[in-house]
Amino acid sequence: MTKPTQYPINPDLQVQGALSDNERLKTQSQHLRGTITTDLQNEITGGFTGDNFLLIRFHGMYQQDDRDIRAERAEQKLEPLHNVMLRARMPGGIIKPEQWLAIDKFASEKTLYGSIRLTTRQTFQFHGVFKPNIKPMHQMLNSIGIDSIATAGDVNRNVLCTSNPVESVLHQQAYEWAAKISEHLLPKTRAYAEIWLDEEKVETTETEPVLGDSYLPRKFKTTVVIPPHNDVDVHANDLNFVAIAENGQLVGFNVLVGGGLAMTHGDKTTYPRRAEDFGFISLEHVLKVAEHVVTVQRDYGDRVNRKNAKTKYTIDRIGVETFKQEVEKRVGVAFQPSRPYEFTHRGDRFGWVEGIDGKHHLTLFIENGRLLDYPGKPLKTGVSEIAKIHKGDFRMTANQNLIIAGVALADKAQIEALARAHGLLEDSVTEQRKNSMACVSMPTCPLAMAEAERYLPTLVTHVEGILAKHGIAEDHIILRVVGCPNGCGRAMLAEAGLVGRGPGKYNLYLGGNTAGTRIPKLYLDNVAEAEILATLDQLIGRWSLERNAGECFGDFVIRVGVVAEVKVSKTDFHA
Amino acid sequence: MPFASLNALTSPLSAQQVQDLQKLVSQLNPIQQAWVSGFLAGSAQTAGVQLPSVAAASAAPSVLTILFASQTGNAKGVAGKLKAAAEQLGLSVNLQDIASYKTNGLAKEQHLIIVTSTYGEGEPPESAVSFHKFLYGKKATQLPQLNFAVLGLGDSSYEFFCQTAVDFDTQLAKLGANRLQAPALLDVDYDSGAASWQAEVLAKFQPLLQTAPQAATPAAAASSGHAYSKQQPFVAELSVNQKITGRTSTKDVRHIEISLADSGLTYQPGDALGVYFQNDPALVQAILTATGIDPTSVVHLDAAGEVTIERALIDSLELTQSYPSFLEKYATSTGNSELQSIAADKTAAREFLATRQTLDVILQYPGSLTAQQLVDSLRKQQPRLYSIASSQAEVGEEVHLTVGVVRYDAFGASHLGGASGYLAERLAEGESVRVFVEHNDNFRLPDHDTPVIMVGPGTGIAPFRAFLQERDNAGATGQNWLFFGNPHFTQDFLYQVELQDYLKRGVLAKLDVAFSRDQAQKVYVQDKLVAKGAEVWDWLQQGAHVYICGDGSKMARDVHEALVQIAVNHGGLSSDDAAEYFEQLRESKRYQKDVY
Repeated sequence: MTKPTQYPINPDLQVQGALSDNERLKTQSQHLRGTITTDLQNEITGGFTGDNFLLIRFHGMYQQDDRDIRAERAEQKLEPLHNVMLRARMPGGIIKPEQWLAIDKFASEKTLYGSIRLTTRQTFQFHGVFKPNIKPMHQMLNSIGIDSIATAGDVNRNVLCTSNPVESVLHQQAYEWAAKISEHLLPKTRAYAEIWLDEEKVETTETEPVLGDSYLPRKFKTTVVIPPHNDVDVHANDLNFVAIAENGQLVGFNVLVGGGLAMTHGDKTTYPRRAEDFGFISLEHVLKVAEHVVTVQRDYGDRVNRKNAKTKYTIDRIGVETFKQEVEKRVGVAFQPSRPYEFTHRGDRFGWVEGIDGKHHLTLFIENGRLLDYPGKPLKTGVSEIAKIHKGDFRMTANQNLIIAGVALADKAQIEALARAHGLLEDSVTEQRKNSMACVSMPTCPLAMAEAERYLPTLVTHVEGILAKHGIAEDHIILRVVGCPNGCGRAMLAEAGLVGRGPGKYNLYLGGNTAGTRIPKLYLDNVAEAEILATLDQLIGRWSLERNAGECFGDFVIRVGVVAEVKVSKTDFHA
Repeated sequence: MPFASLNALTSPLSAQQVQDLQKLVSQLNPIQQAWVSGFLAGSAQTAGVQLPSVAAASAAPSVLTILFASQTGNAKGVAGKLKAAAEQLGLSVNLQDIASYKTNGLAKEQHLIIVTSTYGEGEPPESAVSFHKFLYGKKATQLPQLNFAVLGLGDSSYEFFCQTAVDFDTQLAKLGANRLQAPALLDVDYDSGAASWQAEVLAKFQPLLQTAPQAATPAAAASSGHAYSKQQPFVAELSVNQKITGRTSTKDVRHIEISLADSGLTYQPGDALGVYFQNDPALVQAILTATGIDPTSVVHLDAAGEVTIERALIDSLELTQSYPSFLEKYATSTGNSELQSIAADKTAAREFLATRQTLDVILQYPGSLTAQQLVDSLRKQQPRLYSIASSQAEVGEEVHLTVGVVRYDAFGASHLGGASGYLAERLAEGESVRVFVEHNDNFRLPDHDTPVIMVGPGTGIAPFRAFLQERDNAGATGQNWLFFGNPHFTQDFLYQVELQDYLKRGVLAKLDVAFSRDQAQKVYVQDKLVAKGAEVWDWLQQGAHVYICGDGSKMARDVHEALVQIAVNHGGLSSDDAAEYFEQLRESKRYQKDVY
């Protein structure tokens, strides 16, 4: 391995002070190894101890427990029902049928919840894997060509790519870049192979040329997006490559840097923020640009205060121009002026579409992304039945839905019949439901403060009722519910976003738009369902009567002054 | 206290003599006090208090030796009564735990009664293993000088009922000793049987023994007059009933806390708590309905006199454990010939009863009988003994138990254990339960410096929780190593959080667990022991004590075999020598079991 390239550092642009404890643990981890192997042999606890609790995140896992029974187990003198959640690395979310069948089997047989969860990171998660099954899980994944390296932790995580099977040529090119960027920014440590795959320890003086030996200051998210779709929600991501095509061929990218939605309740130095457009680059510079947006953030991100460690705060602290120039200096290329592009929508196109290559693609709405066999709706079995006969591939979308891609005309009927027979394709699903989203939250996510996934179906039913009451049942608002302000469900880009505060209590944010290019603003603080529904009833009622032609709900509430527009997050969001 | 109130003004003794006497008496246990009082009275009748050696010499041949081999304390209790009755007859008695009896003295012994229980598959109780081995071994000599009788306590629901008593009786006779009285083989309701056998056997020994001086009122009686006991249980409050297995566990294990406040009861780690219980009123109702007996019918019970049958069945009689005598008596009363033939065949009866509670038998063979006949067919309810799971150093006046709830479905109905069902389901927190402390000197921690290895799968963890609490509070420096096992890690890791804390704080040096059903290949505590064999052997070489608690039918035997294997593998012993090694450990109290 090559030593990390050293660049002259301007200490005035760095945050000085005692480093956060996470910096110590990363530095001392021997490149993410820690004592994970010892913990795997510890039969006294189902959890991981000390630093390993956080180190396993770099390997794509979070230690969780069944929070529904945490108190009960404490009374039983039992530790929490520790298990791990695994998030796979699937750049662009493409998975083959044979891979699907393997993960389907594992989910059924070896996980507490028996489900496959499609997520906003365009991948799948296993929830509820007990310690003895962790290594077999990684080995199973490895046997089908999947890993979970760096899907969590202070690294570049799973790289998203717009799920657009119609523009098949462009999508293929964009997808390949997503995969290449993912590989390029991966940790180079062999810790994953040694710990989980029992691969031999090779004597090397390991270094991390891109990420650095103490890795990044904070999580880092990257997308490749093909306008006009903004399904990946670029403004939720640190680094975005906006595909620019000429005559159906990819020629380069506009680079958007510094988006991110996470914040901390009560901490006004934290806020969701849109990404900044650095300009256009041609294809040959993609990997270098990706690398050096990362290295600039690596060198100048705040390692003292983790709450301000993400790229968006670095940019606000050192300035967009400084950040951009530093990247240009390191790459040795200047950004060209941005090429024009427009985002028009974020939702998936449900049902069948035909691609320019003549293949057919069926997008299925998967409520909450949760594939499980429900009474009368055996969704998970349905997908596996399709996988058994499907000759194309599956594409997990950033909206937690599933595309059965690359179906020959002759196979359409059979696939559709299977989808309908298993409740995967239902004509009665409203636009509102299709445009609503929640993070996982309770009972597995340790950060959750309120219900999200389990609450969403009920909430949507209420909102459907409100829309119908005002005579606009066919309309919808982008509605998102998250259990905490950390950002997984991207509520901070919704027209109406609920962010968990406590059991049954949420903050209500209003004013995002359909294209996902505006941050909403706090409207109600720490309120229960009744007040949220009463408010939505009143505002949707006004919207139905007073809106301009084609005016979305988020634009409306800003125009009539319900909330002020957030233009510059740092100054406007908490104002 | 009689001796405390003694002074020079109210006695013929001088102040100095009073002081000396009080000093001496304070060092004597009740048995010694009784003996001394008898000795002094006897020698005063002859020539004043001069030559103790003469008295001792003349007393020696006249002594009746009573050995008890107790597992749960019952044999010890019967032996104690026997001694008191013998002393009332003026006999001189040497009452001793068989564990501490010097077997080389047997050749000189003249008058011997053994009271023994049996446990497991016909094995002697822990305390009697050495004696049993000696009798059957090469060192045993002919015993023509010996008059003996044996009383056995057992449970007829086990195949090898009173086997140890049978063994002692047979082998002593074989060695030429004179059987003075046929052995009593008594079931769990042994009280009246023991009393009548006692009267008979003492009548036979009395003429053979020289008349010893009449014993004065034993001091022991005075001091134990107000103490709570098995006969006079303390009415305690159940303060906590907490399930400690997870919600998907196949087992229901309860952590029970009972308050002993103001009882004066004390216990040590290793002791057991006796629990009296009430049978399930619904079960009683079902039995009465099935037999067509009016719940208000008045019946006679030896202990309680005239009561309604409903109260008798709830409070006094055994319904949840099955036993052959019920089968016999019920079959006879109802005149059911099929059941009679089952009852007549011991093997068939045992198999039949293995899965059936009283109600199952009645439902399968309904018949009519009188209320009194039903009552007479049932034996007296016995309190259940639970190994205590706490140390008073930690919990003060509380006592904790780890109770596995017996619950199973059979014959189309759910079945619940008597005491475990009472504690777990029928007794609310704050309600009363009758308890007593059963001491167990055969399960004791060593001194603070000695390392201990504890093997306690399932509810066998109970006394080790007490051990750990004790050693933690004492700041004991001896290292502690616990082996625990159960079916599933996530559901059945009893006291997991406490054990994790002990491990973290170093109170537990090591904790090894075996969760048998978490993988295809079943893993048990004995497998974990073998896997850690080298270290186990090291600990043994450093003087570690080994304790086993839990299931006696299989686990304790498998663990024993694992230990023997370790001595072979890591100590280089032959398997005979390895077995002998643990035999020696057992004799020196370094290897103790509390199994059931």
